[in-house]
Amino acid sequence: MRHLISINDLDREDIRYILKKAEEFEDVARGEKRLKILEGKILGNLFFEPSTRTRMSFEVAMKRLGGEVINMTAQEASSVAKGETLADTIRVVSGYCDAIVIRHPLEGAARFAAENSSVPVINAGDGAGQHPTQTLLDLYTIQKECGRLDGISIALVGDLKYSRTIHSLIKALTLFDTKIYLVSPEALALPDEMLEEIDGNVQRAQLDEVIGNVDVVYVTRIQKERFPDEEEYRKVAGSYRITLNTIRNAREEMIIMHPLPRVDEVDPEVDSTRHAKYFQQAFYGVPVRMAILSEVML
Amino acid sequence: MKELVISKIKNGTVIDHINSGKALLVLKILGIDMETSLTVSMAMNVPSSKMGKKDIVKVEGMFISDDELNKIALISPNATINLIKDYEIERKFKVTPPEVVEGVLKCPNPMCISNAEREPVKSIFYISMEDKEVTARCHYCRRKIKDLAKYIS
Repeated sequence: MRHLISINDLDREDIRYILKKAEEFEDVARGEKRLKILEGKILGNLFFEPSTRTRMSFEVAMKRLGGEVINMTAQEASSVAKGETLADTIRVVSGYCDAIVIRHPLEGAARFAAENSSVPVINAGDGAGQHPTQTLLDLYTIQKECGRLDGISIALVGDLKYSRTIHSLIKALTLFDTKIYLVSPEALALPDEMLEEIDGNVQRAQLDEVIGNVDVVYVTRIQKERFPDEEEYRKVAGSYRITLNTIRNAREEMIIMHPLPRVDEVDPEVDSTRHAKYFQQAFYGVPVRMAILSEVML
Repeated sequence: MKELVISKIKNGTVIDHINSGKALLVLKILGIDMETSLTVSMAMNVPSSKMGKKDIVKVEGMFISDDELNKIALISPNATINLIKDYEIERKFKVTPPEVVEGVLKCPNPMCISNAEREPVKSIFYISMEDKEVTARCHYCRRKIKDLAKYIS
């Protein structure tokens, strides 16, 4: 693997390979074992949009493997503020480091960056497009917590229209034998164009109808910033709040995932139940990103 | 006696059976504009037994490459090409859509990197046929488009 731009570029075997490798890194990710396989390597973190978990987990993954990180976060303090093109920024930064992680507001920016880079590029989210490393850590979480990827039924809940996390995940899930329920307000339904592209067992549903059948409830934030009109946002805000009452009929082994940050989609009372796996999910980002970094840089 | 709408050419390329109203776009696809020194004749909305109405373009003195001509299939998949030598048809073929086109279509997604001002980026689209309709998918944002005539850049 040279670049990681889209989950569409990976098949089942590629995904299984990365997840297996991540498993081997878990104790290193926890700091229980030391490895220096990326010693002397430098990662360039180019975040043209705010990020906490993704940026920090890449940084931790790199450091846990003995490598170093250079960051470009505040655009005001970089040449981007002077009007430098993305192509030029990438050409320059790829001369400074051994791999680049990019987050950018425009769709396709990561692919364009890869075309202008002399080092591997990893997409950490481009607009409403793709977020493949999030998808890999989501799949890793399901595999770890449910024991398998095939034979899983999952409810995707919340903003299915704009969430790049959902767009990447749903494509990956259909590579496996999964049953997918789409739970969202009509205004935030999965775009028809995406539905047409998906070749899998997918159907729209109400959460209370399927909560007793699913292995995974994957909740996303309804993103206020995406709504042109605040009144429209108010109509759907809070429509999918997971509470103890919501999950009273869930299977004992059902897990709740969320890419975070959450606002009010999951009641804090749920955190202490055995279903809550979102903080564990965030941790799994480290071994998965270690697997990706070692794959592209070694 | 049958009346010719536009005169025969001695040497060059004739593009026939163009969907009516699309002749100007054909010229655009082929990069023929007002600056051209070529002799170009064009007829629009010509009666056609097969199509009802059609457009025709004739370019005197130039044999356009197959790759260029096949781009016409994006907007007129039934177009036929006649390569003329000494007033005779030397070769005749139907256009077939190319698999990839660069710099021909503009992505309608305003958030696509291919629309970013100042970036040295050329649009790239992957072409396919769906239900006898030519469709294209953006290399960068993966947006799928139909009715491609609207997106010729």
